[in-house]
Amino acid sequence: MTRTLWDSSVGKKTIMAVSGLIMLLYLVVHMIGNLKIFFGSGEFNHYAHWLRTMGEPFLHYEWALWIVRVVLVAAVVLHAVSAYQLSRRDIRARPAKYVHKKPRAGYATRTMRWGGIILALFIVWHILDLTTGTVHSGGFQSGHPYQNVIDTFSTWYGNLIYIVAMLALGLHVQHGFWSAAQTLGAGRATRERVLRTIANVLALVLTVGFISVPVAVMTGVVS
Amino acid sequence: MKLTLRVWRQKNADAPGAMSTYEVDGISQDMSFLEMLDTLNEELILAGDDPVAFDHDCREGICGACSLVINGDAHGPERTTTCQLHMRSFEDGDTIDIEPWRASAFPVVKDLVVDRSAFDRIIQAGGYISAPTGTAPEAHATPVPKPDADFAFEHAECIGCGACVAACPNGSAMLFTSAKINHLNVLPQGAPERETRVLDMVGQMDSEGFGGCTLTGECATACPKGIPLPSISAMNKEWLRATRKVRR
Repeated sequence: MTRTLWDSSVGKKTIMAVSGLIMLLYLVVHMIGNLKIFFGSGEFNHYAHWLRTMGEPFLHYEWALWIVRVVLVAAVVLHAVSAYQLSRRDIRARPAKYVHKKPRAGYATRTMRWGGIILALFIVWHILDLTTGTVHSGGFQSGHPYQNVIDTFSTWYGNLIYIVAMLALGLHVQHGFWSAAQTLGAGRATRERVLRTIANVLALVLTVGFISVPVAVMTGVVS
Repeated sequence: MKLTLRVWRQKNADAPGAMSTYEVDGISQDMSFLEMLDTLNEELILAGDDPVAFDHDCREGICGACSLVINGDAHGPERTTTCQLHMRSFEDGDTIDIEPWRASAFPVVKDLVVDRSAFDRIIQAGGYISAPTGTAPEAHATPVPKPDADFAFEHAECIGCGACVAACPNGSAMLFTSAKINHLNVLPQGAPERETRVLDMVGQMDSEGFGGCTLTGECATACPKGIPLPSISAMNKEWLRATRKVRR
């Protein structure tokens, strides 16, 4: 069955849909966690520390976090490899373009591939910036996420990269969630409106929620 | 009506093609698009030129033989087949671009004619029911619930013209394949081969070199028979079910 899934275009789309939904679930949790920054450094740093002690005493320190990381890496890799292979197939299937060109599909639909590449690059930067601190502006202090976030969003490029990526995320989720539902067989005429609405709400809430943090730092609401 | 036509001309499958420009005059608004092309071809023949090759058969919108991408739309601006498209949909003096279906699984044979036998091979992979033939069975012997009959009819409308593939930016045949699978899989007659049908037809579709679905919805917009986009989702559901249930 694994072989069937991987070899079929429908199966590979299923893998993309499931891995995408896993990442989407994580993003909702991540976004809610980020909003704790509005309640001050104490609560934000405490929450960040709890992420490491989550599951204790059953799990050792940071084990829960590492489990989440492994699942996410697997999801990202499967999603990206499937996307690459499916895109190759799609491009091969339509080598000759029409002479008479027409604008096709919505913006979110047309930007799925480039949007996905932007998001992949963003994730690399985001981890190097706020997890490992490799490219962090100012002195990165492990265990002081509140200060680190403020440092990042005190630079113009930090804000720019983040906000552009979050807009790309919104577009990606808008078409991605709805497509995943279709791929997993949940689509039918009577559900069309509900699925579209959920996709739009998810995209909007995630984008607004994430962007609220750099905006708050820029305007001095969080300092 | 006087029209300027820009038509894709290609001598054969291996020759390079290009758009050629023709002027046609004396076109009536009541002519079908194919009759307009017939007029052009009569003039070309009289002038000793090679007429434009295009597919057509019933000219009643039910056989699926006609094709043509007209001004970038499969089957042109109206939601119907090219043979049922009338010249009243155009204005006097218009320039009309006419191109063949574009997909690597539909290679150009000549001018506007493409080879759609990939569709036949998808049908051969499972788009049928294995039943003894003979006299028609008693119609009430196999009851079909009304919603299932409606669903089957909706999908049975597919005439296999390939407009979905032509319109899809990925050259995907998902809408065609889903129409054929859903049509049979929902009926009791199709039930014994329900799992193998979807797995084999999707497998054949992939090996023909059609692209995958990215849910742009272009296929359902172009379909002259109105096969709805959720058909693809219904097929995906059947496929996922079959991977769990199939007994080979």
